[in-house]
Amino acid sequence: MGPEVARMATSPALLETRGLSKRFVIRRLFLREQTVIDALKHVDFQIAPQRITALVGESGSGKSTLAGCLARLERPDEGEIWFQGDEISRWNEQQLRSVRPKLQMVFQDSPGALNPRLSAAQIITEPLEVQRRERGSSLRAHACELMEEVGLSANLSARTPLQLSGGQRQRLAIARAIALRPALLILDESLSGLDLSTQAQIVNLLLDLQSTYGLTYLLISHDLSLVGQVADFVAVMHDGQIVEHGKRTQIFTAPQHDHTRSLLAFRRRLDADRQAASAGGRL
Amino acid sequence: MRYLMRRSFHGVLLLVAVSVLCFLFSDLAPGSFLDEMKLNPQISPQTSTALRAQYGLDQPLAVRYLRWVESVTHGEWGYSFAYNLPVSSLLPIRARNTLALTLAATVLAWAIAIPLGIWSAYRNGRWEDRFTMGATSFLLSVPELVFAIGLLFLAVRTHALPAGGMQSLDAERFGLWQKTVDLGRHLAVPVTALVLASLPILVRHVRASMIEVLDMPFISAARGCGIGEAKLLLTYAFPAAANPLISLFGLSVAGLLSGSLLVEAITGWPGLGPLLLEAAMSRDLYIVIGIVMLSTIFTIAGTLLADVMLVVADPRVRAE
Repeated sequence: MGPEVARMATSPALLETRGLSKRFVIRRLFLREQTVIDALKHVDFQIAPQRITALVGESGSGKSTLAGCLARLERPDEGEIWFQGDEISRWNEQQLRSVRPKLQMVFQDSPGALNPRLSAAQIITEPLEVQRRERGSSLRAHACELMEEVGLSANLSARTPLQLSGGQRQRLAIARAIALRPALLILDESLSGLDLSTQAQIVNLLLDLQSTYGLTYLLISHDLSLVGQVADFVAVMHDGQIVEHGKRTQIFTAPQHDHTRSLLAFRRRLDADRQAASAGGRL
Repeated sequence: MRYLMRRSFHGVLLLVAVSVLCFLFSDLAPGSFLDEMKLNPQISPQTSTALRAQYGLDQPLAVRYLRWVESVTHGEWGYSFAYNLPVSSLLPIRARNTLALTLAATVLAWAIAIPLGIWSAYRNGRWEDRFTMGATSFLLSVPELVFAIGLLFLAVRTHALPAGGMQSLDAERFGLWQKTVDLGRHLAVPVTALVLASLPILVRHVRASMIEVLDMPFISAARGCGIGEAKLLLTYAFPAAANPLISLFGLSVAGLLSGSLLVEAITGWPGLGPLLLEAAMSRDLYIVIGIVMLSTIFTIAGTLLADVMLVVADPRVRAE
């Protein structure tokens, strides 16, 4: 644990996990044989309020499982999750109802990320209706306001997700997530799969929303270039564990763990290849 | 509307093609209804030749087909050799009986399959799901013939239900309510056999579609908004999983007249099944063709109904 994270520990974290573990048991039909996958192994992790904490690691390292546990879409097998002073890891759905609006997730753009049967306006008003915050005509007006806020024209409100571009869909997903005024927004590979220009626009939008609403972000990504530009804190995951957690500058300039060093070395090689390719293109 | 008109036109073309194929295949098959008569010494060769001429069986295939088309335009659908009646006067009552059986079985099978498939998908991998999958695997491996015979055996041994037929011998004296109860008791064996045969396929389709949808991020997002599990399953996941099920429902409708023939024949249900079997054995050509054409009409109507339901249910299909 780096010194900055140690300081964080003295100030109240928005969300904190202690010894969080999650395992998946895969059973084969009619056979006793079963495979146990330890997706999370005693994860201790903190998210500072109104900051961007990035969670990086290879595919299969446990990032999305951790995100699912933090948002309580998954129930951890062991450990604690403290959110705004409450230990929520064992809460049932009824108890979680009060926490859900404050913990929202934005997923990677894919055909299944947004309900394909609903219009853009319905997708945004869905959480408001579920939480019974608004009804009737004010819902529709609120949906249009939120669409404008994330840079989507209200004229698109009747379109279904498949009638929108990838960037528009991600803006819509963000509008749905902020509709409930969350404290923590978990961005699970939300910027992956978008072209660089769209990615930059979405990053700017997220930064604007952060300054407007004082949002806290957990940015889950394997794109270290993006993380290097926007994150305040970085946690590195490997094989279900947080192997390094600290301030971004500290992680990027003086990594302590071998896995962090190899991730950064790979990123440098990738950047060099990109530069060489773009220089070749100019010639 | 233009889409419906186009599909209806395609349906008419399909009916014409099926009728032509029916005539071609029946011509290729050896023997005819009148060949059986030649074996009877009481019928002279002259009588047999006269009947052949009367029914037009001495004419070339094309002429017979055109005559049949003409009779269809008159609403007769050909003439039954065995009953000496127009086919159109034989089929409606039998078709009504078959529909009474298959509609009851289809409604019951779907009414059980939808909640069971949703529940099984929701409990994916747990003992409830494994039990459902094991039970459906067993049901899939048993032919409907065995279900029908087994249920008939139980009905005969226990005397709890009538074993065959559609109504009791003294049903004419019953009031409306007693008649309805009597019909329900006679329906029990064939309907159960049909439900047991179709249920595993429907349950597995519902389960597979639901598992695919429940794994999608938009379901996690809805759950993350605090939506209750029952509402999530019924109003979010199930409509999203409905498209393949609507297509399957279209096939169920398509099979309303043809899916129960075997069970009808075994349980003695006076529907199209025994009539078709009898007509095929005695080579009563126009009855066979009439039943095939009626089944084809239901197949076309079923797929058309499924297409319309897809358009109504899914905005993506509407957009296309």
